Amino acid sequence: MSKKIKVATTSLAGCFGCHMSFLDIDERLLELLELVEFDRSPLTDIKTCGPCDLGIIEGGVCNAENVHVLREFRKNCKILVAIGACAINGGLPAQRNQFDLRDILEEVYHTSVGLTQGSDIPNDPELPLPLNKVHPIHEVVKIDYFLPGCPPPADAIWKFLTDLIAGRTPKLGHGLLHYD
Amino acid sequence: MKPSDNSPSATLSIDGEEISFTKGQSILQAALAAGKYIPHLCYHPEFRPNGSCKLCTVTINGRPGASCTAQAEAGQTVESDTPEINDKRRTLLQMLLVEGNHFCPSCEKSGNCMLQALAYALGVMSPHFPQIFPVRLVDASHPEILLDFNRCILCEICVRASDEVDHKNVFAFSGRGITKHLIVNSESGRLADTDFLSTDKAAQVCPVGVILRKRKGFTSPIGSRRFDVKPINEQMERIAEPVGKTSGGSSP
Repeated sequence: MSKKIKVATTSLAGCFGCHMSFLDIDERLLELLELVEFDRSPLTDIKTCGPCDLGIIEGGVCNAENVHVLREFRKNCKILVAIGACAINGGLPAQRNQFDLRDILEEVYHTSVGLTQGSDIPNDPELPLPLNKVHPIHEVVKIDYFLPGCPPPADAIWKFLTDLIAGRTPKLGHGLLHYD
Repeated sequence: MKPSDNSPSATLSIDGEEISFTKGQSILQAALAAGKYIPHLCYHPEFRPNGSCKLCTVTINGRPGASCTAQAEAGQTVESDTPEINDKRRTLLQMLLVEGNHFCPSCEKSGNCMLQALAYALGVMSPHFPQIFPVRLVDASHPEILLDFNRCILCEICVRASDEVDHKNVFAFSGRGITKHLIVNSESGRLADTDFLSTDKAAQVCPVGVILRKRKGFTSPIGSRRFDVKPINEQMERIAEPVGKTSGGSSP
């Protein structure tokens, strides 16, 4: 292949478990690096996303910064992939959607047991503001492909990427497609 | 001459396959008895059909209909496993998934869940629709059974089991449309205030993770749960139980 495919990845409201599972493709990473080049990603520590062929997003959208990053990815990536339960349906962080945000912050920083004296709700301007609810990323920008799993197994990620890079519609069979 | 429905050799065609049936069988029953899988959620071989989930929709002589409530008739041409029908089934599953709180990674039923297994078999890759994130409380009042209403798909199987087999009427539906929900028939609304027992039929039949035995969750490791082993459409031997058999203890 003459030109390498540019790939960016990020984790929004996720646990980096999908990225860890991606690393579990082990020595196939070397094979992959023959075909792709990483732009913004926790693997490169590049902080902003340039024009890319493929963007892979782990995690849902729980705060204002997540929205900015997600929009940056959508603007720069030709194909955007939601990877893992959190990106696809909100996952674990979305379990807070059952409660009012104010009530959660009150309980965590004001009323729960074992708090240090003077504990208060963080209000540093550097901290991104939390959204009232956690959202799957397809509710904010258009997503081209979904790769479910919590996390998706390395073999599913490998199958998905190799299908996509080869120009096939990614297809996960029995055992590779799961939601947990 | 049209072959009679009473003749032992009466057949109908499903996806081009001739399938024989006995009078009184629904198209779904005939298909399952012949080893032909048609996706379904609210149908249970031991109870009267409900026709509510619509997953078993097929076309019968070109017209769509629920195969669990449509009588098998000689000479019918039925189509089930087509890209168009499976597309609609995926949409139905996506609507069920966004309507409740189906957080598979924390669910005791994951790997043994019919909704999840069907979504795998049909290749549901995304929820497509915006999540509703409804607020539903759990009922942990009963000493042996936990009710997690977050996962209810309104299949009515527990309602029918409690009514038809247990004769207790522990469960019912309340509300209409998007507010329709499963309730417990007791003055307090709590399961502990009914005569429900963990040995009841209704305690064994939930296809998803609503009616759960306490202290029994996560007993099989990932990889050896029911639908880890084989996809749902390849488990005909467990799906097509004979009608009228009521002694089975496991999930459908």
